[in-house]
Amino acid sequence: MALLEVEDLGVTFRGDREVRAVDGVSFTVDAGEVTGLVGESGCGKSVTSLALIGLLPKQNTRRVRVDGRALFDGLDLLRADTRTLRDIRGREIAMIFQDPLSSLNPVVPIGVQVAEVLVRHRGVSKAEAQRRAAQLLDRVGIPDPNRRLKEYPHQLSGGMRQRALIAMAVACRPRLLIADEPTTALDVTIQAQILELLKELVREDGTAMIMITHDLGVVAGLCDRVNVLYAGRVVESAARRPLFAEPVHPYTIGLLNSIPRLDAGQGARLTPIRGSVRDVLPWSQGCAFAPRCDRAVEECLAGPPEITGDPHSFRCVNPGVGVDLEEVR
Amino acid sequence: MTDLTPMLPAPEPRPAEPDSQTPTASLAGLTPKARRQRLDRLAELAAVHAEEKGRSLWAEAFRRLRRNPAAVAGTVVLLLFVLVALIGPLFVPYDPTSTAWADQVKEGQNIIPGPSAQHWFGLDHNGRDEFSRVIVGARQTLLVGVVATALGLIVGCLLGGLAGSAYGLGGRAGRRIDNVVMRVIDMLLAMPSLLLAVSIAALLGPSLTTVMIAIGVISVPVFARLLRGSMLAQANSEYVTAATALGVRRWRIALVHVLPNSLGPVLVQATLTLATAIIEAAALSFLGLGNPDPAVPEWGVMLTDALTRLEVAPRLTIYPAVGIIITAFGFTLLGEALREALDPKLRR
Amino acid sequence: MTAETLVELKDLQVHFPILRGVLVDRVVGHVKAVDGVSLSIPRGSTYGLVGESGCGKTTLGRALLRLVEPTGGTAVFDGVDLTALGSNAMRTMRRRLQMIFQDPLSSLDPRQNIESILTEGLATHGIGADRAARRALVGETLDAVGLPRWALSRYPHEFSGGQRQRIGIARALVLSPDLIVADEPVSALDVSIQAQVLNLLATLQADRGLTYLVIAHDLAVVRHICDTVGVMYLGALVEQAPSAELYTRPLHPYTRALLSAVPVPDPDVEDRRERILLTGDLPSPANPPSGCRFRTRCPWARERCAQERPELRTLAAGHTVACHFAEELE
Repeated sequence: MALLEVEDLGVTFRGDREVRAVDGVSFTVDAGEVTGLVGESGCGKSVTSLALIGLLPKQNTRRVRVDGRALFDGLDLLRADTRTLRDIRGREIAMIFQDPLSSLNPVVPIGVQVAEVLVRHRGVSKAEAQRRAAQLLDRVGIPDPNRRLKEYPHQLSGGMRQRALIAMAVACRPRLLIADEPTTALDVTIQAQILELLKELVREDGTAMIMITHDLGVVAGLCDRVNVLYAGRVVESAARRPLFAEPVHPYTIGLLNSIPRLDAGQGARLTPIRGSVRDVLPWSQGCAFAPRCDRAVEECLAGPPEITGDPHSFRCVNPGVGVDLEEVR
Repeated sequence: MTDLTPMLPAPEPRPAEPDSQTPTASLAGLTPKARRQRLDRLAELAAVHAEEKGRSLWAEAFRRLRRNPAAVAGTVVLLLFVLVALIGPLFVPYDPTSTAWADQVKEGQNIIPGPSAQHWFGLDHNGRDEFSRVIVGARQTLLVGVVATALGLIVGCLLGGLAGSAYGLGGRAGRRIDNVVMRVIDMLLAMPSLLLAVSIAALLGPSLTTVMIAIGVISVPVFARLLRGSMLAQANSEYVTAATALGVRRWRIALVHVLPNSLGPVLVQATLTLATAIIEAAALSFLGLGNPDPAVPEWGVMLTDALTRLEVAPRLTIYPAVGIIITAFGFTLLGEALREALDPKLRR
Repeated sequence: MTAETLVELKDLQVHFPILRGVLVDRVVGHVKAVDGVSLSIPRGSTYGLVGESGCGKTTLGRALLRLVEPTGGTAVFDGVDLTALGSNAMRTMRRRLQMIFQDPLSSLDPRQNIESILTEGLATHGIGADRAARRALVGETLDAVGLPRWALSRYPHEFSGGQRQRIGIARALVLSPDLIVADEPVSALDVSIQAQVLNLLATLQADRGLTYLVIAHDLAVVRHICDTVGVMYLGALVEQAPSAELYTRPLHPYTRALLSAVPVPDPDVEDRRERILLTGDLPSPANPPSGCRFRTRCPWARERCAQERPELRTLAAGHTVACHFAEELE
């Protein structure tokens, strides 16, 4: 059975007008597997992850409505009470955020922050927690951990902070790690280090991971299964290799064609997706991507397209034939 | 299958590329009804991007303000207040300075007649009609608040604007100008505000003008610091660099770009200062620094007079006090709502 | 080189003083943001400057435009040394030197509508006889960057990220400059929008013979649009080569590490590649390491690297490297 089974997750914000940020997202995460949620800004990937662990601002108030199911080992996260969720967060499910500086408390030393997680969830003594915190920092590749324990977040570089945050996340050996754009704020060489570290942690601990990113390159190197999100819905879902080798949804194809690649011919004209993420159609009227899609046909406006196909599934009535990777090179 | 591509709204048109081939639209194969429906739907889609005029940030802020109940409540209160202050004196039943009913007041016996059909709020200690005095007093109070705040705002913005633009855009010499101006401001700030007001009043003699100047002067450093800080933050922003890169002159950058973008917090402060200015004016009048002529009604003076007779006629303190509270409350409501409306975090 | 040189930087330096003190500021050191960079850009070509945050690439671009003042060296533009110009002469010169910013929203004044943004430069430099002439020019520019005419009365916050960047490009373009410094022109944009802007930049260059200095951290972007690429590390160039050459035959260890770190959206490539993982972080530019600045993170560092700062050496046509052992590593 899958470790996490998300079914028809929906998130609606009710402000001046209703905004359906996530509109029926379904995916599963198996133990020890890295699942990618890929999409551009506003596609709902971050909202999805926050809703799962009950950390949306004003979640469970009338301003935000969350529907659907998210079974984590049989427990529906969306219906769990606050105390249960608090216990699960940090121990069973841990999260790594994009901006390590704002995710760390600036006036508390790193060591105390890492140890706190252990004291809270594992109930170990403070001294023991400090000792283990040093081990953790060492494990995530922070040199001279005993000295670093006493330092404050601003004294660490961006990469080190992200490592410290990862140390906190893996402190209790969670079964699921949610990483929300963990390397976006970092330089490429540091990004490579962090990705390598995440890969290693997942492999060693058998932790499942949800990787949220906009970078298809990161996905290609890390994820086992990839879900491409557009306007709050999964539009294509496949294992890593088939997704990149034979993308089917015009949006996925468009994305792959529009990024300049290090391994592609130089100066070749890119094929952009026209319009912007703002030009969406409400799913109830048809395919949200239709206004930007070169393959749009009449049926696209006939109503919401269903997701079809297994294990390579897609939400499109006029799917593309995939990009010819040979030609791109 | 019909290709719909060209009909779909493309508000961000593709850059003109030689290789882009636009397939021709074909609506021909459809029944008229279906065609109309589809066109309607697409028109609806495109409507968001149609030729409506752009809305400036001020307009957006105003729109948010209009939808904020606190702002509406504050505005209504203030409009009433202004209305009373402006045209109230024309409709009052009696001359507020007339002591025609002095014979009914017997202070020695602790008798000050209360509300009656003839005198709605009763009489004051000199036998004047209290209702007329409260209404006419509104005008003085409004005058003090507005003039004092305007004084503080203008002088403060001149000083703060000078310092801010000098520091933000003027290089080393600019930093020196800023330093001098700000040290003067700091000295003003270091003085206890009431003490400053008392000394000004002592210098100029008690009068309404004294009160206005005193309150204006104490709010100068607040406005100056606020505008300078806001301008410094704006001077570091990218659009200022962009304007510099365009070759725009520095004074123009300061006036056209930095200043308008820095005014938000100052405006909010001005509404809040209006509220405190009214209270402070009352306080100064209370201390006897206001208009020495007790015949002209002003809420602060009325409050002072009434306080000495608190046991005899507590209602006499309540009328002006409630007036002051409601007005200050109105300004505060509006100020807070304005702060919310101008908050850059709410901008999309 | 046959092409005419438009920009020539010689030993350009930007040192920011580190000030301490309560009442009187005392200079206690310098952050050497740009520490002696020389490069030349032929007219009509694109020079790419890559490096990680803190390497000084943005400061270099701004020093060229004198948006920060260079503290040493010269920047010659079309035969004129910009660093020697008085402020008025420089202001006049700015018409020919324009800039595109990373964050399109923060680089546009939120209270100006698009028409005002686009005509401001024209008014400043007295281009266009009257309002109508300016309007025509602005309209033409809007067409060139692919924005509709109705955009004129709108405000920046009413546009999407990609459209805002087009506005930023139009603002630079309307003055018909010779050189455009593009500082991370696409990194703030969504993936699907980046390609639109990159294509637009290429089209404009082809149509108008523009010269670009593109500053970016994304090597794939730089490679895609640049003719020559310079790699910066801690305020200095470590390698410079024609784009194709740099990517197929990187010689400096830092360039190699950078190239190996960029994720490629292809599982086959990702699974096969060997990463050169750099250890540690960027040293402080206030206190750079002795000798070769990269030696603290270089997997191949030797004793000589600590003692002697490597100069840029030409190893192939147009390919220069600042490494003592570049030949051995190849």
